Amino acid sequence: MKKSINFWYVIPLLVFIGLVAFMGLGLRHDPHEVPSPLINKSAPDFTLPQLGKSETFSPHDLLGQVWLLNVWASWCVSCRDEHPILLKFARDYSVPLIGLDYKDRPQDGEGWVTNYGNPYTKIAVDLDGRVGINYGVYGVPETYVIDKKGVIRYKQIGPITEDALKNTLLPLIKELQQ
Amino acid sequence: MKTLGTLLIALFMSVSVLAKEATPVARDPVTEARLIDLSKDMRCLVCQNESLAASDADLAKDLRDQIRQLINQGKTDKEITDYMVQRYGNFIRYKPPVDATTYALWFGPFLLLLVGIGVLISVVRKRNSQSEEAPLSAQQQQHATELLRE
Amino acid sequence: MIPELGHFSLIVALCLSLFLSFFSLAGAQRGSALWIALSRPMAILLFLTVGLSFVCLAYAFITNDFSVLYVSQHSNSQLPVQYKLSAVWGGHEGSLLLWVLLLTLWTAAVAVFSQRLPDPVVSRVLGVLALVVLGFLLFILLTSNPFDRLIPAATEGRDLNPLLQDPGLVYHPPMLYMGYVGFSVAFAFAIAALISGKLDAAWARWSRPWTLAAWIFLTLGICFGSHWAYYELGWGGWWFWDPVENASFMPWLMGTALIHSLVVTEKRGAFKRWTVLLAISAFSLSLLGTFIVRSGVLTSVHAFASDPKRGIFVLIFLAFVIGGSLTLFAWRAPKVGDGGTFKLVSRETFLLVNNVLLVVAAASVLLGTIYPMVVDAMNMGKISVGPPYFDLVFVPLMLPLLLVLPLGTASNWKRDKIWQLIKDLRWDFVIALVVGGVTPVLMGQFHLMSAVGIAVAAWIILAVIKQLWAWRKMSQIPSWFWGMQLAHFGLALFVIGVTMVKSYELERDVKMGPGDTLTVDGTTFRLVGIEQVPGPNYSAVRGTVTYANNGQLDGQLFPEKRSYFSSAMPTTEAAIHSSLSRDIYVSLGQPLGDGSWSMRVYVKPFVNWIWGGCIFMALGGILAASDKRYRIQAKREKKIA
Repeated sequence: MKKSINFWYVIPLLVFIGLVAFMGLGLRHDPHEVPSPLINKSAPDFTLPQLGKSETFSPHDLLGQVWLLNVWASWCVSCRDEHPILLKFARDYSVPLIGLDYKDRPQDGEGWVTNYGNPYTKIAVDLDGRVGINYGVYGVPETYVIDKKGVIRYKQIGPITEDALKNTLLPLIKELQQ
Repeated sequence: MKTLGTLLIALFMSVSVLAKEATPVARDPVTEARLIDLSKDMRCLVCQNESLAASDADLAKDLRDQIRQLINQGKTDKEITDYMVQRYGNFIRYKPPVDATTYALWFGPFLLLLVGIGVLISVVRKRNSQSEEAPLSAQQQQHATELLRE
Repeated sequence: MIPELGHFSLIVALCLSLFLSFFSLAGAQRGSALWIALSRPMAILLFLTVGLSFVCLAYAFITNDFSVLYVSQHSNSQLPVQYKLSAVWGGHEGSLLLWVLLLTLWTAAVAVFSQRLPDPVVSRVLGVLALVVLGFLLFILLTSNPFDRLIPAATEGRDLNPLLQDPGLVYHPPMLYMGYVGFSVAFAFAIAALISGKLDAAWARWSRPWTLAAWIFLTLGICFGSHWAYYELGWGGWWFWDPVENASFMPWLMGTALIHSLVVTEKRGAFKRWTVLLAISAFSLSLLGTFIVRSGVLTSVHAFASDPKRGIFVLIFLAFVIGGSLTLFAWRAPKVGDGGTFKLVSRETFLLVNNVLLVVAAASVLLGTIYPMVVDAMNMGKISVGPPYFDLVFVPLMLPLLLVLPLGTASNWKRDKIWQLIKDLRWDFVIALVVGGVTPVLMGQFHLMSAVGIAVAAWIILAVIKQLWAWRKMSQIPSWFWGMQLAHFGLALFVIGVTMVKSYELERDVKMGPGDTLTVDGTTFRLVGIEQVPGPNYSAVRGTVTYANNGQLDGQLFPEKRSYFSSAMPTTEAAIHSSLSRDIYVSLGQPLGDGSWSMRVYVKPFVNWIWGGCIFMALGGILAASDKRYRIQAKREKKIA
């Protein structure tokens, strides 16, 4: 040995430092949040009956507009937290807000909007969750921002918070509306 | 007591010969076998690290139904996996695809093994070429005899 | 008041660990006999204070003190008493306290059982251990205090997770943690040796029994955990490559490499630096496991409620402990002379092959476990790495290891003749091939993998038998030799179990009403009936299933589906009839409306051999650790020192 510090013996330390760096970065991510592969892809088309109405709803009805698709259900606990924010959003902005009542009995869904108020422009009923699968829904509530060309631009996983609305959704909607 | 119990059960069994052989839950065992094969390599998204095959979650049941339908539509395994990946991303695959993000994952163990073999060869060669150890010193000799005596 | 006493005694323990680490390390450095003399009693006192704190927490559980937040979250007044006791470690805070308790237990054990070792060595070892204790006590007191009060007190506890209300919780975590934590002793010996610069065969001899002891506990802990998952989760799997399982498996692989390389260091004075690095790595992987389990960076079935604050703390702690040790290693290791020459064909070479394969396997498991986190941290998306990956990578690495094993145990130290080895082992090889080829045919279905697995197991068992036979004339076979053979025999049993289950397991998903029968592999199952049965804190639906072979009634099974009063989640209690050659496994699924139920029936050939093999391995470890030379020679070194 010429020197007291030999490169080979430093390797374990270097490997470990790399490991710690990654773990430090990893701490800032939530492993439960799975990004959607549908971002920047066309929103899957569907035609579903509307809640309590005889008409149907289809995403292509809204081509040319920026709109939100909010997946909710009467059995969903955190939808209750989100609801007042949606009501406020509907009152303050004229952006179409489409509800997707996901795997819910229609009468329960109707009960929900009568009791808590209806923020939605229209509500589509996804009885068997098929449309949900096409949108990659895995936890309710989820909200998709869809642009004028019918492309999904953003997905909010979990309830929309005041913060997410103000700092993420509204600026994005404004930008897309230009 | 035990014999009595056995007798009773035997009696019961002979009475209920009418009972039928159990039927598989699945209508089509071939489809079901493929479903299990496919879904055990897929991850249930809402669970804490469980496969679609094992999970009791609602979404897992829905997705299994969906896979069953796709099988019945004659889709290949690859088409079905692609279908799921299109909707939920690579997160759903327990066996990630080999691509730019996973080269280190798939080739890493192989590389590590090569490095290990390299180290092994160099160590053995070094030790192999070193001269034999010096003969035992008197003290070591004594130590050795003591050991042998034990 | 009792919870406050527990909290207070943790603070006392913190101060004690601070004193202990300072006086022991500084005392050994300065050569102060007085400071060194303090270290043993302080180590024992440290254990007693942490023990007191643990007893206080257990008392809070027994007395249903729901004014303690942790108790209110993990217990319930209806919980049976044995589960109240094990609920102490049923959550993050308490299991961490158990961790520290066991760490101080190991520390006290070193203080008590190493009377024959030179005092400065023991003092350094205790000092290093105390530093680790210090870190964990800080972790508990700053982020995870189990004695935090809940004001106002809850009237009823939220209850222990029903999946944990099982005898498995009573013995699995303490066993597993004993193993995990036990590697800290080998680690402390390694660090002490690096600090003092005295890294020799004596060091290997001192740390070997401790390493073996930790390895035995870890082996049993993993084994019990695997068996628990097998009967509790209801779908008959025994290993899932879940991050938390991997967190215990990686130290096991490293520890296995370590106990093999320690042999070389002890007997031949070779591989010293490598052995030190392994000792550091084995414990580092235990700590890394703690980070993985408790920080929430990875999703796992067994994860605790996560909190990023805890993650940061563990990470900083890791950086200090492991980073510090590896720096010490980089600085000191090059100065250590490494003796012992050997030829290409020698036991040393084969043990080196063993080490390379085990370490590469551990590194690969680590890679697969943290890869999703790394990809995510670099914003390259979310991926999952699961069983298909690990099976694909792990099995090819283990096969050569199993093949080389008999070569290693059959060869001599220093040098051997390759043609002699071939001559000695050629018939073993042929017999193993034949057994491997014939067994799958006898089982009725040929799979290449099962042929390979059985052949490899036969190859190892033959070597074990032959070597025991060769040593029969010895007046007294040393217990280390018995230990080695027994452990390798256990490994072969394990391989047989895994191979048979993977290749010949039968599974039936059926709909059964009362009276219906099902025949699998010559056994006829009959669902006699399904009834409601009450439990202490749950109600259950219980099926009665009889099974018969050749019309001969063999017994009854009672699979259950339980709903606990305090939780919405139902649990499945599979009913299993175990025998040497196969397990019959029945689990109850869902009611299907017309009085019939979906049921899952498995026949799992030789599945018990998996755990039986592990128990043999652990027994081998016990025999090896009890070898008398550890006692006699330790005495002699004391005299010399």
